[in-house]
Amino acid sequence: MKTYEQINDRIESGRAVVLTADEIMDYVDKKGLTAAAEDVDVVTTATFGPMCSSGCVLNFGHSKPKIRISEAWIEDVLVYSGIAAVDVYLGATQLRHGDPANMYHPGEFRYGGGHVIEDLVAGKTLQLFALSYGTDCYPLRELRTYFTINDLNQAIMVNPRNCYQNYNVAINDSDRTIYTYMGTLEPYRKNANYCSAGQLSPLLNDPHYDVIGVGTKVWLAGAHGHVYAEGTQHAGVCERTPDGVPMEGAGTLALTADMKQMCPEFVRGVSLRGYGASLALGVGIPIPILNEEILKRTCIRDRDILAPVIDYSYHYPEKTGKILRYVSYEQLRSGQIEVEGRKVVVGSLSSYHKALEIAHLLADEIKRGDFRLAEPIAHLPKDIQMKSLVTKEKPS
Amino acid sequence: MSTAVTKKLMLFFPRCECEKPIIYHLVKDHNLVVNVYRAKVTPEEEGYLVLDVTGTEEDIEKAMDFVKTFNVSINPTGKGVIRDEERCTHCGHCVTHCPTGALHIVDEATREVGYSEAKCIECLACIRVCPYGACTSAF
Repeated sequence: MKTYEQINDRIESGRAVVLTADEIMDYVDKKGLTAAAEDVDVVTTATFGPMCSSGCVLNFGHSKPKIRISEAWIEDVLVYSGIAAVDVYLGATQLRHGDPANMYHPGEFRYGGGHVIEDLVAGKTLQLFALSYGTDCYPLRELRTYFTINDLNQAIMVNPRNCYQNYNVAINDSDRTIYTYMGTLEPYRKNANYCSAGQLSPLLNDPHYDVIGVGTKVWLAGAHGHVYAEGTQHAGVCERTPDGVPMEGAGTLALTADMKQMCPEFVRGVSLRGYGASLALGVGIPIPILNEEILKRTCIRDRDILAPVIDYSYHYPEKTGKILRYVSYEQLRSGQIEVEGRKVVVGSLSSYHKALEIAHLLADEIKRGDFRLAEPIAHLPKDIQMKSLVTKEKPS
Repeated sequence: MSTAVTKKLMLFFPRCECEKPIIYHLVKDHNLVVNVYRAKVTPEEEGYLVLDVTGTEEDIEKAMDFVKTFNVSINPTGKGVIRDEERCTHCGHCVTHCPTGALHIVDEATREVGYSEAKCIECLACIRVCPYGACTSAF
C-alpha cells in the first residue's frame, strides 16, 4: 500500500520506479504481483488519435477602440463568440468558410478547426476577422488582424470528450465505398478500421475508474493539464468481460491544459475524406500504483481486450445495435481479422507508435522529477448509462 | 551481353516538349521495355511522367541522353508520390489501402510505418486516405 504523498516524495527525490503500460506485464510476470506492487510507483499509459470533441478557449485582449465580438473567424474558420467580449471557442471539427463539404462527394476537408489549432500551437501567424453590432462600451464594428499564440492572453484547450475507454471496429457490409469518421471503408468487408491504443490506453488500464478521476493530472500534448470532468457520453455501465474490461466505448475524459506549453508534434489537424475535419491529440496519463489491485489492472494485454466489429454502412447509422463479432486488440494489431469465415485486412486511425512514444516521454518526465501526480478530487461516475435522443411530438 | 536492369524515373516535360513521341523512341530506337505508372502530359501545360524502364545499363544511358536533347528533366529517384516523414503519425491507416506493400509496418512492436519507394506504383490511394496529409503528389 502506498499513498500519493509517498509516491510524490519518491518522484521528487528522483527515486521513483516508473514503467510504461506495455512494459509492466513482463515486469510483474518476473517479480510477482506483491513484490512488483512494492517496487513500482507509477505506470504510464498513453494514446494518440483523432478526438473530435476537442477545442480551445482563446482570449485576444482588447483592441483600441474596443470590440464586443459577435461573429469571428480564424483563418476563415468560424469560432463561437457567444461568450465575453474578446473570448472565443474554436472547435476541432468546424469547417472553413466556403468549404464545399460533401457537395462534391467525397469532400477532402483539407483545413478546419483542428488544423487551426495545430497551426496555433506551432506558433504560426493567423488571421482574425471579427464583426460586432457595436455598443456604447464596445464601439468597434469590424476588425481584421494577425496574431500568434504568444499574442493571446490565454489559449486553453478545453476538450469535452477525449480518451474513449474502448472503441468500435468499423467495417462496410455494402457494395460501395463509404467514408466515415473511422476512415475510408471499402465495400464487401474488404477492410476494417479500429481506433484505440489497446493495452496502452489510459482507461483500459483503470477499467473501473479507481484512480483516474476529476483532478487527475495528465500529459496533454506535452503540457501538464488535468481531467476537469467526466467526458461527454461517459457511460460506465456497459458490456464488460468477466474481468471487468469494457467491450464497447464506455468511459471518456474531459481534459484541459495550457496550449502555450504544448508540443506541435502531438496536436495534429485531421482530414477525414468524405466525413470532415478533426484534431488528433496525444494524451499520457500516469497511474499511481497504490496497491496490488491497481497494479494488476495495468497488466492488461491486447489479447484480453475485446472490441465490437460493427457495419458502418447500415447498422451503425441506423442504430440497430448489431455486432458482427468481438475481436481482440492482439488480432487487430496482427493486421487481419476473420469475420464470418472471411479474412479482412485491418488498419488503424490511432497511432500505437506515437502512444508508445508518449508513454515513454511521460515516464521520463516523472523519473526526472518534473511531473508530480495529483490525487483526484472526485471519482468519475460508475453507474451511468448512455442515453439515446428520443424524438418526440411537441407536448400539448 | 550485359544484363537488363530496371530503373524508376520521373520525367518533367517543359511546356514546349509535350507533342513529341519521346516514349515511342525509347522503345523503338533504344530497346527499352517501358512501364508507365502515371502520366500527365497535356498540350499547353507542363507534363510529368513516372515510369519504369528496363534494358541494359548502356541502352538506358543512351536513351537518357536522347531524352535530355528535348530539354526534358530526369529525376532518377522517381518521386511522383512524396511521403513527409514529419507529418506521418504512423497510425497505419494507409497500410491496408496500399496494394503493393510499399507502405508497410516496419516493426510489429512499435507499429512504425515504413515506405519502400521502389514498390510504389503511384496509385495514389495513400493520398486519398491519409488523415494527416502525409502523402502528396508531385503532380
